[in-house]
Amino acid sequence: MVDTRVPEIKSVPAPEGIEGAGFFATSLEKVVGIARANSLWPLPFATSCCGIEFMATMGAHYDISRFGSERPSFSPRQADLLMVMGTIAKKMAPIVKQVYEQMAEPRWVLAMGACACSGGIFDSYSVLQGIDRIIPVDVYIPGCPPRPEQVLDGLMRVQDLAKNESIRRRNSPEYQALLASYNIK
Amino acid sequence: MADPTKEESTAAQETAAAQDPTAQQNAQVLALLHSLFGEATFTDVHEPYGLLTVTTKREHIHRIVAGLQQDETLKFHFLTTMCGINYPENLNQELGMIYHLHSLVHNIRVRIKIFFPLADPVVPTLTDLYAAANWMEREAYDFYGIIFTGHPNLRRILNVEDMDYHPMRRQYPVEDGTREDKTDLFFGR
Repeated sequence: MVDTRVPEIKSVPAPEGIEGAGFFATSLEKVVGIARANSLWPLPFATSCCGIEFMATMGAHYDISRFGSERPSFSPRQADLLMVMGTIAKKMAPIVKQVYEQMAEPRWVLAMGACACSGGIFDSYSVLQGIDRIIPVDVYIPGCPPRPEQVLDGLMRVQDLAKNESIRRRNSPEYQALLASYNIK
Repeated sequence: MADPTKEESTAAQETAAAQDPTAQQNAQVLALLHSLFGEATFTDVHEPYGLLTVTTKREHIHRIVAGLQQDETLKFHFLTTMCGINYPENLNQELGMIYHLHSLVHNIRVRIKIFFPLADPVVPTLTDLYAAANWMEREAYDFYGIIFTGHPNLRRILNVEDMDYHPMRRQYPVEDGTREDKTDLFFGR
């Protein structure tokens, strides 16, 4: 028996709006938010074992591209999401910051694993005790290392941010004050 | 020497040493060291795991290593490693450098140690003998603050350049002092 059923194709549900014969009206902000959330281009900044888990997340079994992150961007200029995965040594910190500064708005940051979140087991003179000391972080994924399901969950939290934030977040005084507190222009 | 059992055991050791090729090689190297630089130059000679280990003074280290490198029979052409060490309890001998030399031709190794005070951490460089000494001396400078006179480029190699201390010296904590999530009274610091 050959299975001839056509799989159900799920698409992103339409946002709230006014619908009538031949038209659908909603705010641009919602449409842009949906578009951003479902095509986040991640920049994997993988330094250690969390990067290996991310490779599993990218692979066919867990498949991060199901969530619109089809294309890992290895150029910060074309990336929306900086995924910092692994221990960041103090010597590496200026490089992480430079990569973040090179990204264009809108940009989000995801800290994956105990090391990126807080330094993890490396309570040491040479290791940065969490990347939020140098750049603002939107989503933290705990674990050592986190499972791919957790990474996908973290990505979905970033999607929630992208959907629900103002598309002009970069102009808000809170956001500018946050960047100023990190000494980022 | 009146104790016959002791004499016997010494004799047994000597026989064992005569049969053991490593011990023979070590005896050969030690004889060379003594003939080149004098017996008084070396203290604390022992052979843990068959590796001949001698301690000397830093005034002699450069000419000893140069002598071993240029020796025509043994040919210690390879500087396996060199590293710093810190024993704060040894007064005026707190800091040390340990050199491992290897003769690739005869597969013989030797370990040479020097110790010197923390207040005067100055050691002659070996970069004129071995190019490999360059980065290893920078590492020892980085972590222990040992100054190598004559080094062409003595600056930090592994740590951030604006670090203002030498972290492997025992007077500094290994932990990062700014850690915030380990202040738990019972389980953290």
